[in-house]
Amino acid sequence: MNSKLENIKKLEVTKPLRLDCGKTINNFPLAYETYGKLNENKDNAILVFHALTGDQFVAGTNPVTNKEGWWVTAVGPGKAIDTNKYFVICANVIGGCMGSLGPRNINPDTKQPYGLDFPVITIKDMVRAQESLLEHLGIKKLLCATGGSMGGMQLLQFCATFPDKTFSAIPIACSSSHSAQNIALNELARQAIMADPVWDKGKYFLKNVQPKNGLAVARMVGHISYLSEKGMQEKFGRKLQEKADYEFSFNADFQVESYLRHQGYAFVERFDANSVLYITRAMDYFDLSKQFKGGLVEAFKTQKTKFLIISFSSDWLYTTKENKDIVIALNASGADVSYSEIVTDKGHDSFLLDVSEFLKTLKSFIDSMYEKFKNEKRI
Amino acid sequence: MKNLKMKKEFKVIADLLPKNTRVLDVGCGDGSLMNMLEKEKNIEVRGLELNQDNVQQCIHKGLPVIQGNAETELHQFPNQSFDYVVLSQTLQAFYNPEKVLKELLRIGKSVIISIPNFGYWKVRTKLLFFGKMPVTKTLPNTWYNTPNLHMCTIKDLFNFCDEKNINIKKVIGVNEDNTSLIKRGNLEIKNLFSKLGIFLIG
Repeated sequence: MNSKLENIKKLEVTKPLRLDCGKTINNFPLAYETYGKLNENKDNAILVFHALTGDQFVAGTNPVTNKEGWWVTAVGPGKAIDTNKYFVICANVIGGCMGSLGPRNINPDTKQPYGLDFPVITIKDMVRAQESLLEHLGIKKLLCATGGSMGGMQLLQFCATFPDKTFSAIPIACSSSHSAQNIALNELARQAIMADPVWDKGKYFLKNVQPKNGLAVARMVGHISYLSEKGMQEKFGRKLQEKADYEFSFNADFQVESYLRHQGYAFVERFDANSVLYITRAMDYFDLSKQFKGGLVEAFKTQKTKFLIISFSSDWLYTTKENKDIVIALNASGADVSYSEIVTDKGHDSFLLDVSEFLKTLKSFIDSMYEKFKNEKRI
Repeated sequence: MKNLKMKKEFKVIADLLPKNTRVLDVGCGDGSLMNMLEKEKNIEVRGLELNQDNVQQCIHKGLPVIQGNAETELHQFPNQSFDYVVLSQTLQAFYNPEKVLKELLRIGKSVIISIPNFGYWKVRTKLLFFGKMPVTKTLPNTWYNTPNLHMCTIKDLFNFCDEKNINIKKVIGVNEDNTSLIKRGNLEIKNLFSKLGIFLIG
């Protein structure tokens, strides 16, 4: 896997980045991928921010895992975000493990992987780290930026920090500050990792192992929160896994158990335990209103960006209410905002799935924004 | 048929709105009025709409729309944040029209409301001579499936505004292609011959 990581696109960011925690990083790698072509006018660029366990491989085949990109339902030739028409960019967040600077990288001071010596990062740090990429690609203003879940949180931060860098923005199923429930679920994931003796205070890399059991449990927690009660019941119910009756054991009798175990252990193959700790921490620290004296309204005060907020009716992780609070703040600051709640029982995961109403809305908005952006540039 | 009639109503509303203003269209439907206002009068429009398909169509047209219920979600708009708030033929469908009206007046410096006129002579005769709840082109539903919970006449809304000290700036009666100005003096007759009443208040 590591040899494959050598061959992916990386930008060496030379501009020092002072992190929220006070430390500074410089000369760090930012791994990214692009799809489609940037046109002559450079007005067809769309930046995608990925979620907690995502990476830069949005569409097509992920060259590292050989699996489909995480957003193939929405991004690709002829898809809602049509790569025949648009130039799609996505970068791996710092703190991640798909080529950008993260806890698995070598700490120049110790010549060892960082582990827990890696600085605690924030959503704002992630976003600021990606600014250089736009410069590198020669893009002054994006047509659109989008992202779901933590990707949406990065996007809100991006708009607040760089009010004039994107013509339009689609934050999906996210929140402007992590709720107690979200923090609690993240803490559960972290505690699962840290309770695995293999984790060894983050030094597992010295023995070239992963705290697989802890990391798998962390992923299972996540997976439960991404589904809705109804969706789960419909998908699994009390169905047994390839057996006629209970085994009277603790093996995975039920399909839902088997599903969670599969998801958990598949995740271990492609993700780093310490990255989960760092990224979930960044999410928990996220509270956009705290960064501005006048709260969330102030955060969007200078916005020219046209927003479309999308939530899913059965999402209990980032609820419609939380998404509507963003709409209210944008309205109060006079920003140009649209909002749509997609009715589905597929839960938080909806943004990654083939939910036609959602994809239609996404496409309609981006296509109409492209027309407006071209007109504005002409004038 | 309905579309043609709508167009006349929208034209009257559009004529009431000055160029380059900020307008909130409550219950904006598929965005026809917003589209017209944006294109023809350079008005900065915003819409509020409950129906998913309609929201979808507005987004498709590049019009800013918020999916939500006017009865319960107007609170999200700040005081006097729009020059005009438009409410087309929906006031009578709210559980609490008075509360909604107050909200509209809070949000907009002026408010434009249109109502299907229950005082229109065809409506009156249907009830008088047939003893049945009227079904007309402007009121196409029957009693058991109508969304119109609080039907009123132009005269009712006129009197309501007076009672509540709401300033009436202009009232226009619409009958097919004809429009006429309604004042206290011609209220009785216009209340009989207008299918729609369009009120500019606030």
